[in-house]
Amino acid sequence: MTSLAGIFAHPFMRYAFLAGVPVAALAGLVGYFMVLRKQVFAADALSHVAFSAVVTALAFGVDPRLGLFVGTVSFGAVLGLLGTRGRADDVVVGAVFVWILGLGVLALSLYQSSARSSADGAAGVNVLFGSVFGLSATQATVAAAVATVLLVAMALVARPLLFASLDEAVAAARGVPVRALGIGFLCLVGASVAEATQAVGALLLLGLLAAPAGTAHRLTDRPYRAMAASAALSTLAMVVGLGASYLWPTLPPSFAILAVSTAVYAASFAVPSGSADSKPRRRRAQTRRTSTL
Amino acid sequence: MVIAASAVDPALTWNLLADVRAALQYPFMVNAFRAGTVVAVLSAAVGWFMVLRRQVFAGHTLAVVGFPGAAGAVLVGVSAGYGLFAFAVAAAVTIALVPAAAGVGSGQESAVTGTVQAFALACGFLFLSLYGGFEGAYALLFGSFLGITEHQVWVLLAVAATALAILTAMARPLLFASVDPAVAAARGVRVRALSVGFLVLLGLAAASVAQITGTLLVFALLVVPAATAQTLTARPVASLALAVILAVTVTWAALLGGYYSSYPIGFYLTTFSFIPYVAAGVWTRARRSAAGAR
Repeated sequence: MTSLAGIFAHPFMRYAFLAGVPVAALAGLVGYFMVLRKQVFAADALSHVAFSAVVTALAFGVDPRLGLFVGTVSFGAVLGLLGTRGRADDVVVGAVFVWILGLGVLALSLYQSSARSSADGAAGVNVLFGSVFGLSATQATVAAAVATVLLVAMALVARPLLFASLDEAVAAARGVPVRALGIGFLCLVGASVAEATQAVGALLLLGLLAAPAGTAHRLTDRPYRAMAASAALSTLAMVVGLGASYLWPTLPPSFAILAVSTAVYAASFAVPSGSADSKPRRRRAQTRRTSTL
Repeated sequence: MVIAASAVDPALTWNLLADVRAALQYPFMVNAFRAGTVVAVLSAAVGWFMVLRRQVFAGHTLAVVGFPGAAGAVLVGVSAGYGLFAFAVAAAVTIALVPAAAGVGSGQESAVTGTVQAFALACGFLFLSLYGGFEGAYALLFGSFLGITEHQVWVLLAVAATALAILTAMARPLLFASVDPAVAAARGVRVRALSVGFLVLLGLAAASVAQITGTLLVFALLVVPAATAQTLTARPVASLALAVILAVTVTWAALLGGYYSSYPIGFYLTTFSFIPYVAAGVWTRARRSAAGAR
């Protein structure tokens, strides 16, 4: 069995950590707000759009990463514009994204029948399920740099966004541009989805967004502490997952990362919820629960 | 697709009836039409309630969970269909019970739903990589109508008949509970039990649809026809019937599209169901603004 001692001797492992850690921290931070704003489904839709964007770019011979970012950020903006106050109805989101996914299927079949696909036959599978061990030095550096920029952007809007998410009406009355923030946030989510696609793949990134954030929301009620916890848990899942995948090569890295974040979330259900001690929140949660049943 | 193209090289003519008859010469197309029709009726009916209840995210997750089910079934050597049904029902119970047991709001509910979905897909990926082949992945994810056996048609028919019978039995209280849960609960309707039961039905429907559309494109039949119908009319029975008609028409058109061209059926299914949806949205908005101008 390989030991963890020599893990950084391999360039591909170094690149995986270089890109994976900031991407995971970003996903954790963005995920905190997605769960708070109950927009996890929008992230789901964006992750499927990411697949269509990459295969469309491949089919037309464009740089897939360019297609990825253009596709997800513009779909994020569309989601924001479709809804009132920067939030779209789930039914509309579902109808639109399944059509975009259908276009992606068409693009995939065009790409597979074209001459270009012979160069990279597994491209479709890599987009869907990630290929963090396949990143080159430049790809990893660019991914890390973009993730850092996005992290700074998130940190800058965190305060007004938190206000707008917790109490939209009061925030709007106090002059916070609620709608613009909502749209801007969805664009940031789009860019984060594009980043995470490169690490864990379009179909699995939802776990990196939802599970650490869900855990953090359970552990504490304090927003900034929860944000930090979410980013930290997501990073932990990435590090442990990459390490586990290194130790047991039969485990695909994206599966290992997802397994860790899911296990941590599942374990948090064993602990009594931290949010139960805050009364106003519990009351709100209860009214909401009855209305969704 | 490749089999059909190389065997007969079918070409679409202007005579639609003759085209359908030509396609139905082949047993696999007959099975595809039978299974497609069954699945379309079931998904439109269950999907209609899902859209009414705004449980779109749960529906998508139940559909996607079929992917590890099918991949796992292939890995252990049983028919993919059974894996689809088993996983979808298990996920339905998880989604229904876990957030409620934890006693938290819908923010947690969506986080649990998203986590279940992503972890399920990750398991599917693991199963496929253990199996050592990704050739089947696209068919599981994006659908195929070539390999549908007669046995599968019968299984789908039995599942659909059972699910529709249960849905019919619970339709009235479910409608009440979906439109106004608080009043329904006050009037003694068992809202909670209905909601769990409906999620299981939704899982069954999603697993059935996934056998034609693939796990990722289930919404083409589950959401879009129902959403189109509900945009056009607010009367429950009329819009339910309209959703069924739309779903069946879309399925037949997509099967013909897939048969007569070299493009995947998933593209036709999504596009054919999306066009009426957009048209209905535009028409309703235009009518509303015309009414407002008067």
